[in-house]
Amino acid sequence: MTDLPRDPQGGDIPPSAGGETPAPPGRPNWLHRVSGIGEGFWRVLLVPVLALVLALLVGGVIIMVTDVDAWRLMGDDPGSAVGDMLKGVWVAYRELFLGAFGSERAISETLFTASPLILAGLAVAVGFRTGLFNIGARGQMFIGGLSAVWVGLHVDLPAFLHVTLAVMAAIIGGGLWGGLTGFLKARTGAHEVITTIMLNFVAAFFVLYVLKTSLFQEEGSNLPQSAPIPDSARLSPILGDEFRVNIGLFFAIGAVFFVYWLLFKSTLGFEFRAAGFSPNASHYAGMNVAFLYTSVMFISGALAGVAGATMTLGLPPYTVTANFPGTIGFDAIALALLGRSHPYGVLWSGLLFGALIAGGRRMQAAAGVSVDLVIVMQALIIVFIAAPELVRAVFRLRAAEAEPTQLTKGWGG
Amino acid sequence: MALELRGCTKRFPTVIANDDVSLHVEQGEIVALLGENGAGKTTLMNILFGLYSPDAGEVVIDGDQLELADPAASIEAGVGMVHQHFMLVPVFTVAENVILGLEPLKGLDWIDRRAANDLVREVSDRYGLSVDPGALVEDLPVGVQQRVEIIKVLVRDARYIIFDEPTAVLTPQEVEEFFEIVRGLKQDGKGVIFISHKLNEALEIADRIVVLRDGKAVGEADPATATREQLAEMMVGRPVLLKVYKGESSPGDVGLSVEQLVVLDDRGHRTVDGVSFAVRAGEIVGIAGVQGNGQTELVESITGMRASLAGRVFMSGEDVTKHSPRWIHRNGVAHVPEDRQESGLVLEFTVAENMVLDSYYAQPYSRGIQMDWAAATEASQRLVDEYDVKTTRVDVPMSTLSGGNQQKVIVAREFDRDVKVVVASQPTRGVDVGSIEYIHARIVEQRDNGAAVLIVSSELDEVMALSDRVLVMFEGRIAGEFDPATSTTTEVGLAMLGSQVADD
Repeated sequence: MTDLPRDPQGGDIPPSAGGETPAPPGRPNWLHRVSGIGEGFWRVLLVPVLALVLALLVGGVIIMVTDVDAWRLMGDDPGSAVGDMLKGVWVAYRELFLGAFGSERAISETLFTASPLILAGLAVAVGFRTGLFNIGARGQMFIGGLSAVWVGLHVDLPAFLHVTLAVMAAIIGGGLWGGLTGFLKARTGAHEVITTIMLNFVAAFFVLYVLKTSLFQEEGSNLPQSAPIPDSARLSPILGDEFRVNIGLFFAIGAVFFVYWLLFKSTLGFEFRAAGFSPNASHYAGMNVAFLYTSVMFISGALAGVAGATMTLGLPPYTVTANFPGTIGFDAIALALLGRSHPYGVLWSGLLFGALIAGGRRMQAAAGVSVDLVIVMQALIIVFIAAPELVRAVFRLRAAEAEPTQLTKGWGG
Repeated sequence: MALELRGCTKRFPTVIANDDVSLHVEQGEIVALLGENGAGKTTLMNILFGLYSPDAGEVVIDGDQLELADPAASIEAGVGMVHQHFMLVPVFTVAENVILGLEPLKGLDWIDRRAANDLVREVSDRYGLSVDPGALVEDLPVGVQQRVEIIKVLVRDARYIIFDEPTAVLTPQEVEEFFEIVRGLKQDGKGVIFISHKLNEALEIADRIVVLRDGKAVGEADPATATREQLAEMMVGRPVLLKVYKGESSPGDVGLSVEQLVVLDDRGHRTVDGVSFAVRAGEIVGIAGVQGNGQTELVESITGMRASLAGRVFMSGEDVTKHSPRWIHRNGVAHVPEDRQESGLVLEFTVAENMVLDSYYAQPYSRGIQMDWAAATEASQRLVDEYDVKTTRVDVPMSTLSGGNQQKVIVAREFDRDVKVVVASQPTRGVDVGSIEYIHARIVEQRDNGAAVLIVSSELDEVMALSDRVLVMFEGRIAGEFDPATSTTTEVGLAMLGSQVADD
């Protein structure tokens, strides 16, 4: 490592100012000239946006090289073969876009898919800010979601109260599951990456086990699947019954503002961030670092727990199966990275991933391109984010224009 | 035969780090490059070593123009650099580190370890470095690690050797040994550039001193005739007080006392082994000692950061032994920690956030569960002005400030309260001359306001100049007490090494 001078405007958005610090004067590059948008705005968005563009380009290449019909034509008529390939890419991306934004249903699906992603992404982001690498969003979703189901099935209350209590149960269940990791780290120094991964397994098989007991199973059924959650505990749809988007979206947006307030405005958040950057300085400043680890993991787990609740209380047909978190627990890590562990960043990346997944389903149905391409593109976005040098090289940007790349100090232990 | 930099200019987005700087070193000559932190010394050397490409200027070595911005070309041309932070692989042996990148091979792919060991031993013997080629680097003291770096440079046939702040990490004895080595290099015809901000060292070792300020070479001095005052003025750009000016102390009641304190370090050793002393209000007590004799753990224990095994700490007569850092801070203790970057500051935080780092939880910075950033910003602005911290704004990251200004932020934060006890550890380490003067004055001011002041420093000159009483710590015990007005540095220095001379 050479001792390059640090970019004075890099790093955090200063909470005290509550806004952007102006970028140092420099020659505007082609991006600024073309866009007419100031440097400050681009500084934050530059790499993520370019990473998305690159991912779409690479995705296009993948669609082309996997276009078997067009390749057959290549020998006889290369011109029209390439034409077919380009047309294939166009159709796939058109359907992807339409599936994400093309209709009321598409928008509903995007928002519905994004809600738990945003919540789980926030869970990981809060941990990153405190220097903890929470790989356990999946396990916390399991326990939080299951707690919500238990309240849904076993408590009899009027609609509003029932949902509220079920979500509270998710918060507490997920929070305790996450807090356990924080407590173990604070008390014994156990590394959170290890404990959260292991607790993911514990949670997954615990859920599989209890779903086969009479506590959750429908009478007479043998499947590892819960009885239908009563109406009173379901998350109400917000665009009418024919659309899946529900009040989980409000939980997600509310959580974004809560996490922003928590990290940048609250006293506890100041301690979280201080401990994240420097546990030693936090100790010197009289903060109780062990308490901070435990409480931040509780909050992180609680957010993941709510994400779990949206996947149990909000997912038609409202019978809960053994893998209800899906891949969200891990997508959340990617989201937090893409959003630079900033709640607003997580909001936008959650919406982006939601759109990609929702649009991907239509792309598969209408254009015959596998929905797995979306996962490839998500992964590519993260690779490009994690390798900003690559993005800079492709777009010929000067080094000083991109943000420094430190995403987390979580590996330190 | 000489190395020359001609008219080198290097701009960074916000600063001009080097502005038309020229410098030359003959073979067999030691040139000290003196300047405050941030004056552009390291940038200049990185140009020379090919890590940066200058915006203007050229480098000429023995008459040949050097290809710039190419470290390989610099090494080829005979330039070697010993960095401030060593570039060694801790789990490798000395020999393995030395040959890294130019492994002598036996057959096709076997590293010839014997040849490597012989090579290291030969160079080591020739310059009197006494380094064991087979030792693991992680087991070696810092001073010996530095010699491994020197061997690396010598093995690559360097004729011009750059040392970047080489003494910053060394104990006083190691510094003496290091100077001997540098003199040996000179006799062997090497050209040496010695980068430092320490006046005494530049005067002692250099044949010629070049002073850099704000990126410009502001002058040259002959160590035979130059005085410290002249050099300091060239570095800072104004006359500097190198002595600490303080009046007679008027000690009052005991403000801080320690009784039979025993503290373990991280590895469980009794690093503080039954220490007792008292500091009165209105006096400065300095603890001198070679680093690693328990001073760190002593300070951590007094300030609540490390639990003690036995013994007691009293402040104004009250037993505070088991209290938390938060409690101790709230009850009028100003703590300037030993390593400001590691524990005194959060470098990624803004200046304002650091200004409230240990008082954020109370009024007016925190109202209930929410921070009042407007109040914190306002207070920080006032402190920045009052304590002469040089920063453009209070919402820039702490890491953009120089070492001296970072330390002033800590001093401002800790002293801007009703202070009863000051515990300052290495208060001016890595701090530029101008800021040292300022920080010393502030510490004396606290004493005159009636605080009990405890200073811990491995710089003997600093302890002697600042303290009203000097205690020497050796192997976890107080090994002697001295009156700085009547004792000599030699006497105290001997006690630091454990000689039983102090019975008075």
